[in-house]
Amino acid sequence: MGTEPLINCQHVSCTYGNSAVLDDIYMQVNRGEFVGVVGPSGSGKTTLLKAVLGTHPVAHGSITMQPKLTLGYVPQVETVDWYFPVTVEEVIVMTRSKGTWWPRITQAERKAVREVLDRLGIGDVANRHIRELSGGQQQRVFLARAMFRNPDILIMDEPTSGVDVRTRHEVLHLLADLHADGLTILLTTHDLNGLAAHLPRLVCLNKRVIADGNPREVLTPAVLEATYGAPMEVLEHGGMPLVVDHGRVQMRGDGK
Amino acid sequence: MMLAFDLFEPYGFQFFRNGIVVATVAGALCGLLGVFVVLRGMSYIGHGLSHAVFGGAAASAVIGINFFIGAGIWGIISGVLIARVARRRVLGADAAIGVVTTASFALGLALMNRYGQASKSIEAVLFGSVLGVKVSDIIAVSLVAVFALAVIVVWYRKMLFSTFDPDVAQVSGVNVSVVEIVLLSLLSLTILVTMRIIGVLLISALLVIPAAAARMTTNSFSRLLWISPLIGAVTCFFGMNLSYHLDTSASATIILLDALVFIVVYTVAGTRNRMKMASLGHV
Repeated sequence: MGTEPLINCQHVSCTYGNSAVLDDIYMQVNRGEFVGVVGPSGSGKTTLLKAVLGTHPVAHGSITMQPKLTLGYVPQVETVDWYFPVTVEEVIVMTRSKGTWWPRITQAERKAVREVLDRLGIGDVANRHIRELSGGQQQRVFLARAMFRNPDILIMDEPTSGVDVRTRHEVLHLLADLHADGLTILLTTHDLNGLAAHLPRLVCLNKRVIADGNPREVLTPAVLEATYGAPMEVLEHGGMPLVVDHGRVQMRGDGK
Repeated sequence: MMLAFDLFEPYGFQFFRNGIVVATVAGALCGLLGVFVVLRGMSYIGHGLSHAVFGGAAASAVIGINFFIGAGIWGIISGVLIARVARRRVLGADAAIGVVTTASFALGLALMNRYGQASKSIEAVLFGSVLGVKVSDIIAVSLVAVFALAVIVVWYRKMLFSTFDPDVAQVSGVNVSVVEIVLLSLLSLTILVTMRIIGVLLISALLVIPAAAARMTTNSFSRLLWISPLIGAVTCFFGMNLSYHLDTSASATIILLDALVFIVVYTVAGTRNRMKMASLGHV
C-alpha cells in the first residue's frame, strides 16, 4: 500500500438546509487502501460519499482529488429501479457514453463486458433482465458497471444493505479479491461484525470523525459509544473484534 | 371490390392524405419520446406541457406573432423551468409540472377571456383538427421527428443512463441537467407541432399509452425505442381510417384505438410477465 493520496478531505462540512450533517471532517484515502466508514443512521456516511462524488455541495473546507481520477460508484441496490427495461449488458455499457454516438453495442464492448462479468463470476447473465437475477448477482452487476470504467477507486454505499448472509459473504470475498489486485476501495456500512470488522481501516463517523484506524484500534467500547450514543461491548472471536449491542433484549425459549 | 373502393375512398381527398401522413408521423414521434416520459414517471408532463404551450399559443394569437415561434419559445422556457424546479428534490417533478404548467395555462385562459377574438384559433389548439392540416404542418412534424430521432441516436447512452440512474450518470461524467433540458425541449417542440393536429387535451395520451403498452412487451430499452413508436404510428394510421368510416372524431378514435391496444397487450403480455415475475420468488 502506498501513500499516494487519491482523495483528501480537509475540514469538510456539509449541510441540509440549516442542519449540519458533516462537521470539520478530515479524511485521506491513499491508493491501494480499503476503507470502511461506519456510523449510525443520519451520521453523514452517505453525505460524505456524495460530497466526495461531487453530488452534494461542500459548505466549508475542501475535497481534493488526484487529477484525472476515475471513480467507480456503486449505489445502494435498494435505490435501483429493478423494473426498468434493461439487460445486464445494457446496464454495464451505458457507462461508456462519452465519445460514442453509435447506440448499438459493438463487438469489442460485448467482449469487454463478458470479461468484467467473468472476472466477477457472473459471465452467463449478460443478456438477462436485471430483475431476473439473485441478490448476489444484482450486487455484482452494479459492481461490474463500476469496474467497467477501470476506476482508480471504487466507492460503494452500503454494499451489504438488505442482502442475505450468503450474499454478504460473496460481496466481502469479491471486494477482498479486488483489493488484493490493487484496487482502492471506499465504502460505507452499517454492518459492524459482518463487514466492517474484516476491513483493514475503519472511520467511525457521527457528523465528525470519532476515530480512524484499523478495527482493533477503533472498535472499542469508548469509540463505539461516542459514535453510536449507546453502550456496546467488544469481545474477541477468532482473532477478530466482535461487537455486542447491550441494547439487545434477551428472549427466553418461550418467546417472552 | 366495392369494399376495397370504400376503404380507399378517403384517400381521394387531399385533406385526408395530409391528415393521415401527419398523424402517423406524430404518432411515431410521441411514441418515441413517450418512452422517456413513462420510464421517468413523468406521465403528467405531456398533459402539463401541452397546457403550458396553450398559454404560449394564446399569447401568440393575442400579440399577433407567429404561432410556432411564440408557443415554441414559451414551451421550451416552461420545460427548462420544470427541469430547474424539479431538481429541488423537496418539491419533485410532479409539483414542478403542476406549478409551471397550470400558471401558464391560467395565463392563456385569462388572455383568451380578455381578447375574445383569439378564441377560435385557441379552440383549434384545445381540441385539434387533424383533417385541417396544411403541408407546413407535415413539414414541421417531420422535421421535429427527424431531429428528435437524431438526438436520441447520438445521445442514446447518455439519455438511457440519466433516465435509469441519474446520480451515477452524473458521477460518470454525464451532464444530467443538460440531458433533461434537451429532453423537455424536445417534448415541448413535439407538443407544439402536434397540438393543432390532435389537440392539447388528448396529446398526453399519445405520449403515454403507446410507451406503456410497449413496456409490457419487452425488457430491453433498445427494443422499447422502436416498439413504442411503431404502436403510436400504427394506431394513428388505422385510427384515422376508422374515424372516416365511423364518422367519429379523429383524435378521439386514435386515442381509443391506443387504449384498445393497451388493454390487449396488458391482458396477453401482462399476464405472461406477471406469471414470470411471480416465479422469481427471490426478489
